[in-house]
Amino acid sequence: MTTALSGARIAKKFPEAVIESGADSLLLKAESLLEVAGYLKKTPGLDFDYLNYVTAVDYYDYFEVVYQLASIKHNHGLVLKVRCYDRQNPTLPSVVGIWRGADFQEREIYDLLGISFEGHPNLKRIVLWEGFEGHPLRKEFL
Amino acid sequence: MTTKTTREITLPTEPFAVNIGPAHPSTHGVFRMLTTLDGEVILNMEPIFGYLHRGIEKLAEERTYGGCVPLTDRLDYLASMSNNLAYVLAVEKLAGIAVPERAEYIRVIMAELQRIASHLIAIGAFLNDCGAFMTPILYMLREREKILDLFDMVCGQRLTYNYMRVGGVSQDIPEEFAPALKKCLKEMPRWINEYEWLLKENEILLARAKGVGILTREMAINISASGPVLRASGVEWDIRRADPYSIYDRFEFDIPTGKAGDCYDRYRVRVEEMRQSLRILEQALKDLPAGEVRSEVPHLIRPPAGEAYSHIEAPRGDLGFYLVSDGSIAPYRFHVRAPTLINLTALNDMMRGWKVADLILIFGSIDICLAEVDR
Repeated sequence: MTTALSGARIAKKFPEAVIESGADSLLLKAESLLEVAGYLKKTPGLDFDYLNYVTAVDYYDYFEVVYQLASIKHNHGLVLKVRCYDRQNPTLPSVVGIWRGADFQEREIYDLLGISFEGHPNLKRIVLWEGFEGHPLRKEFL
Repeated sequence: MTTKTTREITLPTEPFAVNIGPAHPSTHGVFRMLTTLDGEVILNMEPIFGYLHRGIEKLAEERTYGGCVPLTDRLDYLASMSNNLAYVLAVEKLAGIAVPERAEYIRVIMAELQRIASHLIAIGAFLNDCGAFMTPILYMLREREKILDLFDMVCGQRLTYNYMRVGGVSQDIPEEFAPALKKCLKEMPRWINEYEWLLKENEILLARAKGVGILTREMAINISASGPVLRASGVEWDIRRADPYSIYDRFEFDIPTGKAGDCYDRYRVRVEEMRQSLRILEQALKDLPAGEVRSEVPHLIRPPAGEAYSHIEAPRGDLGFYLVSDGSIAPYRFHVRAPTLINLTALNDMMRGWKVADLILIFGSIDICLAEVDR
């Protein structure tokens, strides 16, 4: 069984970056995402080498991007969450440099929810065509 | 004085773009590959997809939790049972619904039959791409037909089953199902041995597939590959074992892995997985208990506000559903972790340096279903 790694342990290491830590999740400040993500991947004993999925949810006040991490070596998991309050021009750092598995998924979030990922090598629409107006998974779209 | 009898002729060459797809027999759907070639060698390949995008994630936000089950059929239509299972598991986790013992066993039986049916198509289509045109796939469609007959028996459908329900399955298996499954289980090893006899050491297949389209272990993990694609690269990672769901912790089975991560290994892993599925099926059929197949669940399920993620080992990889509830009768957010979309991430790296003929083969060996990639 994949065990959940307690977020509190990471929160101790990064008191500045963590807003909230749960039993299996961490709510991070957007500007610290890459630092914490790099630490989680490279630290022996944590070895979060596998990014299970990335997705985003529109909560009207903010967008929440969810990263589910796993470690193939230790078989434990952790959820990272980042919030983006700017609805006009939401931007977050891209994690493609750390886990390439985020490549298509970040493009999909950009396409359907309109969140830009800074540092993504090829950020363009993925399932809808160029020139499509709006982002369908936003709550105000329909 | 010497005269030059042969002049050196240098022709100027330059890379050129060839567009393959979206409607092309080898793309298994509507998938476009914008390739840049140097002669016959692939320099770069840009995958373009989305032609089958139906907005299923958005559609689901307007439907009840029970009403989303038919939508999941239309994701990976070659493995509808697995999609049903992954989705209902996520709703059950979100709403805290228990499932009767008999329903759990029936679900496992359906999921494993579906894995065999799906792998038969995967292998058949792969061999088609190899150039073994139509002969192997016809054998495999013949055997898949037997499994579809079993599904037809339990739910009256042959492609989009809509069989699983939140809290169980839609109806109990009919009386004739168990004998038919037993007969099928008895015959299946012979069918698989027959393909193996034809194909395993086939010289043409070895020449075409061995060492071609290598996905290294490091890259497979880094791009979040899953399913046979990941295991062929030597990573022993199967959700049934790594993060057991339903009742998979009760069955004995092995996880086949490859070494090289080439097209041939991906093909081998799928064949071995069919054998392991047969083992699980035999155990599940032997232990199948009597009892209810569906627990008491209200028609309109209102899970408490919150979120749940549940994933299964579908035939094409790690299929997951991330659901967010706001306490109403419809999901607030319905996200599908589509394994085939993510498995495509490294396609360009796997193809670069190979020839156009290998491009078809490498693409076929990943085994994608465009309905799931585009959703």
